[in-house]
Amino acid sequence: MGEQILNQLIWPVIYILCITIPVILAVAMFVYWERKVIGWMHVRMGPNKIGPLGLLQAFADVVKLLIKEVILPTNANKFLYYLAPMLALVPALAAWAVIPFNDKLVLSNANAGLLYLLAMTSLGVYGIILAGWASNSRYALLGAMRSAAQVISYELAMGLCLVCVLVLAGSLNLTDIVHAQAGSKGILDWFWLPLLPVFVVYFISGVAETNRAPFDVAEGESEIVAGFHVEYSGSAFAIFFLAEYANMILVSFLASILFLGGWLSPFPVTWGFIGHASFFWLFIKAFMFAFMFLWFRATFPRYRYDQIMRLGWKVFIPIAIVWVLVAGCMKFYGIAGA
Amino acid sequence: MAQEIRNYTMNFGPQHPAAHGVLRLIMEMDGETIVRADPHVGLLHRGTEKLAESKPFNQSIGYMDRLDYVSMMCNEHAYVKAIENLLGIEAPERAQYIRTMFDEITRILNHLMWLGSNALDLGAMAVFLYAFREREELMDCYEAVSGARMHATYYRPGGVYRDLPAQMPQYRESPWHKGKDLKRLNQWREGSMLDFLDAFTADFPTKVDEYEELLTTNRIWKQRTVGIGVVSPEHAQAWGMTGAMLRGSGVAWDLRKKQPYAKYAEMDFDIPVGVNGDCYDRYLVRVEEMRQSNRIIKQCVQWLRANPGPVMVENYKVAPPKREEMKESMEALIHHFKLFTEGYGVPAGETYAAVEAPKGEFGCYLVSDGANKPFRVHLRAPGFAHLSSIDTIVRGHLLADVVAMIGTYDLVFGEVDR
Repeated sequence: MGEQILNQLIWPVIYILCITIPVILAVAMFVYWERKVIGWMHVRMGPNKIGPLGLLQAFADVVKLLIKEVILPTNANKFLYYLAPMLALVPALAAWAVIPFNDKLVLSNANAGLLYLLAMTSLGVYGIILAGWASNSRYALLGAMRSAAQVISYELAMGLCLVCVLVLAGSLNLTDIVHAQAGSKGILDWFWLPLLPVFVVYFISGVAETNRAPFDVAEGESEIVAGFHVEYSGSAFAIFFLAEYANMILVSFLASILFLGGWLSPFPVTWGFIGHASFFWLFIKAFMFAFMFLWFRATFPRYRYDQIMRLGWKVFIPIAIVWVLVAGCMKFYGIAGA
Repeated sequence: MAQEIRNYTMNFGPQHPAAHGVLRLIMEMDGETIVRADPHVGLLHRGTEKLAESKPFNQSIGYMDRLDYVSMMCNEHAYVKAIENLLGIEAPERAQYIRTMFDEITRILNHLMWLGSNALDLGAMAVFLYAFREREELMDCYEAVSGARMHATYYRPGGVYRDLPAQMPQYRESPWHKGKDLKRLNQWREGSMLDFLDAFTADFPTKVDEYEELLTTNRIWKQRTVGIGVVSPEHAQAWGMTGAMLRGSGVAWDLRKKQPYAKYAEMDFDIPVGVNGDCYDRYLVRVEEMRQSNRIIKQCVQWLRANPGPVMVENYKVAPPKREEMKESMEALIHHFKLFTEGYGVPAGETYAAVEAPKGEFGCYLVSDGANKPFRVHLRAPGFAHLSSIDTIVRGHLLADVVAMIGTYDLVFGEVDR
């Protein structure tokens, strides 16, 4: 009995903590890194006062946010208002359960991992919609409507991209998907090459899905002030913030796992040490994608809401649908895929 | 049962990231589409025109800076010009060149501010900070001649406050600027202000290229601005638009060419005009205006270097006498005392003086009854005429386009509300 509890309750909780705490810490450092990188790109310094090189800035911000009052707007729906940030955060963290960090290191090696991910990333939008609705503010409502439409349409494009990966890999299990990309040619074996258009569509959809610039109309600072979370303050706001950044890091990891061979080395196995698979490769790849998020934000103007929808429905979804067929043909004729 | 569906109203401002100060727009909206936009002004009203009636002429120059607080010296220019008209005096040639140069420096200052904030409104953060990097250099020129970065009070009836400094102020060593960094910052500041401006004007076109690189051919930028907020030439004239708003619609109207003042007649520069009258054309017009202003500054610097001379009329009824003279001459001391207590009387009459401020025609209508204070001052602010057209222009556009439109109006509420 005791052993059963240990196996079914204690260890899973420890495993979960082993993933979520690093994710939260990564978010903190990522926020610091974002402010630093965008600062450099903008010929300014970025945070440099708190801790050596400003490294503790993110933690100072967290403390500040936690001790602030959470203001409940008049006539807001109290239950939904407090529920919304949790609904945004829980899926963002839960999705990490199926992310494999290397051959063995995965919390749940689920066979339907890809489906689970789709489900979790789609759930996040409920937090945003409810936040906008429960705040009883017109800016928030506009933000929620924008976000709902945007996330749902990009979800489609993203889903179709995943279908392409699924066709080539022949599995919904993320570990198997990485294995399917292994080969003797290193970087040339990965799925980004046969699925190049889809790879681009996927990453851009990922940016849109996480409501990041240039697709940040749900926040649309200069139009609807802060969109869905305009009324949130203190720790409730911090949770939205955490969810957004956890999602960004998640999308970066997913893009590297699905298209860039996860923990596989970009060099052929025969090259010795640098040809070895290691989770360092995964981190390097994910870091690269995460950096792109910041780069976009520092550079691009913001799309208009209807233009985002047009891009999603008229460009990305057709490309992805066509490539599902192309991927099928490639698989059938044995050009690509395991 | 039939249900009535009503449009909802939204309050845009006065506290809003894109309200450019204190604009309050009451918008009636159908989803994201604007059905009606009703601008409310007056939240920054300080009664400048009335205030000017209660003090000697010279003491109101500083108020002019605070009207359009991103194109300070151009406002002063209109006011000072109106007083000079009534007094029947003309500033010395060197002062005229200095005014021309600082009008153009002001134009660049204003357009950089506009470019940065317009881009920021549309989500492009980088341009804002790049623009402010160059803006800082020109702000230093303001500070060098007047001691103030913004509210200079540099133009005076009869000339300018004092001649250009022989030494450009330098950065001092501080924990933030030291070693190589300090050297780089002071690289242009070794010589006089004219040397500094020489270096600046030589470098500035490459900086404009940098902004254009980020925006002009950027697809997102074009999607956000091309075909947005189209103003036809007839419309623009009917609404009393001036400046880039008018030229963006293809009307080549510029007071610097049509009614040259200061030394613009001697300057070689072009007036850019747009074709379609949309936000993108107005963007292009303003960017090109920066390049043209740069050209004018270059020509002024060249002339100013070659031609030293007085920068203020030698008429002690209007301009204060020299300090040394006051130690010796009773006459000078009396003049000084009279000037700084009573001011000077301006012959009765009325006049209208206008300059091509960066935002459009900034005019000053001045009535004097012969006293030492104006009888009536009326200021024509370009932004006020522009803003009044917002309802007709943004109808049927999306919410995000209103932001683009407010950005392209280049509104500053100091001058709209006065």
